[in-house]
Amino acid sequence: MVAHLLRLKLTLTANGLRRSAWVLVGFVVGALYGVSVLIGSLVALGYVSTQAFALREMTGVLAGAGLVLVWWVVPLVAFGLDATMDPARFAPFPVPRSRLLVGLTLAGLLGVPGLLTLLGAVGSTVLWWREPAAIPVAIVGALLATLTCLLGSRALTGALARIVVRRRVREVGAALVVIPLVLAGPVLTRLIPAGYSLRDVDITPVVRVVAWTPLGAAWGLAPDVAAGRWGQAAGRLLVALATLAVAALAWDRSLRRALVEPVRETTRRRDRGLGLIRRVPATPLGAVYARCLTYWARDPRYALAVVMVPVLPIVFALVDPGGGFVLMAAPLSGFLMGWAISADIAYDGSAFWLHVACPVRGVVDRWGRALAAATVAVVVVVVLSVVSALLAHRPGLVPALVGSGLGMAGCALGVASVASALVVYPVRQPGDSPFSMRQGATLPAFLTQIGGWALVGALSLPVTVLAGVAVAGHPAAGWAALVVGPLLGAGVLAVGAWLGGRLLDRTGPDLLRRLLAMT
Amino acid sequence: MPDVAPALVLRGLWRRFGAKTAVAGIDLDVPAGSFYGLVGPNGAGKTTTLLMATGLLRPDAGQVWVGGVDLWADPVRGKALLGVLPDGVRLFDRLTGAQLVTYAGLLHGLDRPTATRRASELLAAVDLVADRDTLVVDYSAGMAKKVSLACALVHAPRLLVLDEPFEAVDPVSAANIRDILAGYVRGGGTVIVSSHVMDLVQRMCDHVAVIAAGHVLAAGTLDEVRAGATLEDRFVEMVGGRTGGEGLAWLRTSSA
Repeated sequence: MVAHLLRLKLTLTANGLRRSAWVLVGFVVGALYGVSVLIGSLVALGYVSTQAFALREMTGVLAGAGLVLVWWVVPLVAFGLDATMDPARFAPFPVPRSRLLVGLTLAGLLGVPGLLTLLGAVGSTVLWWREPAAIPVAIVGALLATLTCLLGSRALTGALARIVVRRRVREVGAALVVIPLVLAGPVLTRLIPAGYSLRDVDITPVVRVVAWTPLGAAWGLAPDVAAGRWGQAAGRLLVALATLAVAALAWDRSLRRALVEPVRETTRRRDRGLGLIRRVPATPLGAVYARCLTYWARDPRYALAVVMVPVLPIVFALVDPGGGFVLMAAPLSGFLMGWAISADIAYDGSAFWLHVACPVRGVVDRWGRALAAATVAVVVVVVLSVVSALLAHRPGLVPALVGSGLGMAGCALGVASVASALVVYPVRQPGDSPFSMRQGATLPAFLTQIGGWALVGALSLPVTVLAGVAVAGHPAAGWAALVVGPLLGAGVLAVGAWLGGRLLDRTGPDLLRRLLAMT
Repeated sequence: MPDVAPALVLRGLWRRFGAKTAVAGIDLDVPAGSFYGLVGPNGAGKTTTLLMATGLLRPDAGQVWVGGVDLWADPVRGKALLGVLPDGVRLFDRLTGAQLVTYAGLLHGLDRPTATRRASELLAAVDLVADRDTLVVDYSAGMAKKVSLACALVHAPRLLVLDEPFEAVDPVSAANIRDILAGYVRGGGTVIVSSHVMDLVQRMCDHVAVIAAGHVLAAGTLDEVRAGATLEDRFVEMVGGRTGGEGLAWLRTSSA
């Protein structure tokens, strides 16, 4: 049975790769990236292995514990990363649970992350080459740690599955995870200089404590043995084994439940009446506008883009505190909001059939979507212009920023209206994990993005130049930008919506066919 | 055949997907006022044919006439006459049931009072009153079918094209839907349904076409096609593929 499960995992992987050349390319790129990280880590470990004992202990325990933590936490938010071996799918088969448990655990190893973790963990024993007695213990510790990764992630996802499956929790959770990740880079760049002053602070107590936790116990074995702390080593072995036992038990329990009562969404969301649809003019254009605006608020894929907006100036302010970098926030968010509709039809997925089946002109579809995005963009641009001008201590720049932001938004909307009538590419389906980038057909998507961005940049050049002149210290140029930006944006949008609508009249059924093929 | 212009005419429809030919030259005349059943085995090309007949999939070759309008030459005029329920597609599921049906009505150019009134009446007719304010994403498969049907009916189309409308729908709702469709046909509308439940087609439809491997094997009134036998027997006879229940000897002697 265990062999069957392992073979199933390999077959599923191979069949997945056979589906399209681009999936294969993505897999190879991902594997190469993983291998390069592995090699880099091993080289770094090799270097550390020539250093003092305390540094080796710290590296082994902290890096190892971090690795375990990543294994435990990422699957909780990254749903859809690998659902191929979802235990619930084995519910119809009379497989003894104990074998299912062993088989699924080992199957978790048979993937790029699993293999890299195993190799990295075993490779980390290089830290102890100067204490040969510790090497066998280090290898045992590495294997225990790898098992802790696999079992722990299964146990946690299993235990939390019943909470995480609720859509609202998952959506909010996704936002709560993505925002810190975006902020992590800039925050770290600010902290690292500060960290130099921390050099003299002794963090050995932290290492000691971490090595007693389930995350670090298996990694603490080798340094203990190397230092001859036998009693402590025995204690940590106990912690590591207990962790495994608890994880196995917890997973076993959740597996037992998953096999007899598959998880399903139970809460239902309601919305009284017709919402926005009741407040817009009763025309096809008004309907599309209201529907898109509803989606901006209700579909997490759009909502996330709006939630990210306040993050932008914070990121810029962190990267370049008190500097002029923060002034980029308004134009950039204008661009992002406008360009968002390049994926609008892809986000609809096959639900787009309704627009194709109705006697609606393409230009109505284009305007409805563009106006909905523009409504959001205008608010965002104005607010961000004021905030970022204040953050940069240059309130006089508000007109220049508003003009440039609206110009950017309009140009991006116009170009995106044409682009999205020509190309659809796979996007996350509603409810997928925010980390699951759907693979396949990435080249046209990539070319559309690059070409579209270049075009938006070129079209918005006049207002960008005016805003630049205003930033350089000529307030009059700022007022000119305030006039030119909206006019330019509206002009490009009008042309883009007209052209995109003409194209969509012809390409609608072809886009729908590609969307149907993706689902 | 009655002396009226056909509601739907298909001429020489072809569609290939890569190496596979899904529809290989289909001709079909659907008389106005008929209740037309489209039957065929899995993978026969029913869904592909209906997608092309409703302007959702471009044919490689051939023509589609809806109420005398060349659909692919003048899609806006043609689609105004059509109500469609495709199979295996998503809906705008972040809207509530009432919002979705109203949305479909407004897209068809109805004014708001008409659209909202019809949406309420349709939701009542398909037993979705209690869930009119629930997001469609939280609907079951059968409820999604029913709300799609309401969307297809909201603009009072002349021709209704329904792909597997009864799949996953409970028996009571299915009976209600059959009544709605029968009333619609009595009022002069035309319905095309695809199904592989022969019994249902035999009870509901007055015309039927049998499709297999992308071809029309037989088409006409129900009595012409079944020629004295039951539709199921005629279907199996035409399509073939019965294995006679040989083999699988181990299944007969219970090993338990």
